[in-house]
Amino acid sequence: MSDIAVSIEHVSKSYRLGVIGNGTLREDVQSWWARMRGKTDPNSTLGRHEAIEGQTLWALRDVSLDIRQGEVWGIIGRNGAGKSTLLKILSRVTAPTSGQIKVRGRVASLLEVGTGFHPELTGRENIFLNGAILGMTKVEVRRKLDEIIAFSEIEKFIDTPVKRYSSGMYVRLAFAVAAHLDPEILVVDEVLAVGDAAFQKKCLGKMSAVAHEGRTVLFVSHNMGAVKGLTQKAVWLDHGEICRIGEKNEVLQAYLESAAADSSHEVQTTNLPRKPGMGSATRVQRIQCNAGREVSHGEPLVIRLDVESDLPVHEITCGIGICNMDGSRLLSWDSDVSGIVFDVRPGRCVIELRVPTLNLQPSSYMLDVALRSGEHYFDYIAGAMRMLVLPGPQTPPSIVRGDGQVRSRGEWKMTDERIG
Amino acid sequence: MSEQQSEKKWDLVIEPPRGWFQLRLNDVWRYRDLIMLFVRRDFVAVYKQTILGPLWHVIQPLLTTLMFTVVFGKIAGLPTDGNPEFLFYMAGTTVWNYFANCLTRTSNTFTANASMFGKVYFPRMAVPVSVVISQLISFAIQFAFFLFMYALFWLKGAALHPNRMILLLPLLLMLMGGLGLGFGIIISSLTTKYRDLQVLVAFGVQLWMYATPVIFPLSSMMDKNYRWLFLCNPMTSIIEAFRYGFFGSGILSWTLLGYTTLFTVILLALGAMVFNRVERTFMDTV
Repeated sequence: MSDIAVSIEHVSKSYRLGVIGNGTLREDVQSWWARMRGKTDPNSTLGRHEAIEGQTLWALRDVSLDIRQGEVWGIIGRNGAGKSTLLKILSRVTAPTSGQIKVRGRVASLLEVGTGFHPELTGRENIFLNGAILGMTKVEVRRKLDEIIAFSEIEKFIDTPVKRYSSGMYVRLAFAVAAHLDPEILVVDEVLAVGDAAFQKKCLGKMSAVAHEGRTVLFVSHNMGAVKGLTQKAVWLDHGEICRIGEKNEVLQAYLESAAADSSHEVQTTNLPRKPGMGSATRVQRIQCNAGREVSHGEPLVIRLDVESDLPVHEITCGIGICNMDGSRLLSWDSDVSGIVFDVRPGRCVIELRVPTLNLQPSSYMLDVALRSGEHYFDYIAGAMRMLVLPGPQTPPSIVRGDGQVRSRGEWKMTDERIG
Repeated sequence: MSEQQSEKKWDLVIEPPRGWFQLRLNDVWRYRDLIMLFVRRDFVAVYKQTILGPLWHVIQPLLTTLMFTVVFGKIAGLPTDGNPEFLFYMAGTTVWNYFANCLTRTSNTFTANASMFGKVYFPRMAVPVSVVISQLISFAIQFAFFLFMYALFWLKGAALHPNRMILLLPLLLMLMGGLGLGFGIIISSLTTKYRDLQVLVAFGVQLWMYATPVIFPLSSMMDKNYRWLFLCNPMTSIIEAFRYGFFGSGILSWTLLGYTTLFTVILLALGAMVFNRVERTFMDTV
């Protein structure tokens, strides 16, 4: 009983959707005055009273969870499942509608790095400010100042106003402050998806160091790899309710399987955000994997791109990249690697990539697509589609829990070497 | 029994907002380092990349005073209880500015800091309290400038009658800070729901100045029909008391000062209650 660090008891949170009140004082006073005289509210729309009932959104519904000291929990679920709401309540940014959370120990929450950074202040001044916002005292910050500056790797610019920093430097400094909080309980939202790959690795390293120091950590992420690598236990939220709770591997697998059931591997890309100039004359319109059906490890994968062009273009190379959920590229297929370029005529055409055996570890990935001619890009869409790879019929169950991102087949052989 | 003992060991209980009296002022005290850093940030950041820097603290009231001297003193010919017009207006604006700035700069606490409040917890009261303190610094600069001008006039032989009521200054500052903070946090709490109040603030403060004896002495209003307006105004006694201390003229009324003090205490209590109520859930409505 006494080693419970966070006890979440029947926590619910509701939001009222749509308009709250009438938005201006005049109309609220009008409504109030009308109600006082027993007249109908001049600002109410017909049937609004019933509508309000229907407009209550339960972001969390009766969530209970006991977290013991030193445990590292991952919170997973789809967008809108209530993960962020739970973190916000834990961080005291907003209050629950009912239920309560009891906490033993100091809580620090990182819903964002660099909260309260002021562009005009220097790096050093911002360390103090940000540290104080996160709950450190001046003495604590001063004690750790050298460590923070060293971790951020920007010693040279520490007395420069942060508005002159590159975004990478900014994030480094911000994470460095956050990484040196000394809480007993750490609540983290997906702040790891920042900075370059090397710095991300450093952040993950710091996170797992924190986890191994016996601190209690709650971690929300879409990055299944990070959840898998860092946590021991996981809770899966769906529509504000706990769907599954327990050891991370069981929960993760159940989550991935369910996500597969309703993910369609087809996406219209015409209106997806691109960099300026991309996708103007020649563009990818639609991406489809395995005709919209499931994608499995060890099975064939067919990616179909519907391309439209206003002009004739010669010798187009088509590129498809597979990225981690944190955006780092794992694998690229470029048609010119296979010695193939396409001549595109005005109008529509379909380009298809067929991979006989997909060797990706069962997990979620993002797809990048590109149309280029040499170094000149006609279209490039990063993170155009989310692809979920399921365990295939020949996938041994044990690998689903393993590490690594590529699971390749090979020819194996054993030779007995008997002496004599 | 054992149930109760284990309850006591929790460091923090997060609950739905209940009641109006969970002020948690000790929380604000625990974050005093943060308050001082906010003060520093406000003070340092505002004047970076300006040519005149903190000189603006002096230039603004100086120009206002000059304008008042010309418009109200020379053109309109309003009475100043026989004091040098320039000093009279300067005293009024210096004091009024402190109150007006406290009010306007705390009145957007929630809307201006929504992005920060949405990401991390700290007692929200730290922000308006830091504003009142940083305004105090800018008041100190303006006040020093006022003293400088006061000394100049004194040396030139103007008939000034400083007296020991000058010692009321700390009390007056506390009252003004309290009034500004009180009105500011109530307005900031209401603006989370009613955005139109924000427009009203800048305009309202300006109007309010004319309902306060800033550019004319209270004595010139005492026989008018609308003198009740000045007597109800909690700022009246503060401005009058300040000028009484330095010029020996004006109406120093202990009754009015008592009224202002009571007003401030009630306003602050009310403001803190509303503010604390709103800070728990305002992220859902912004």
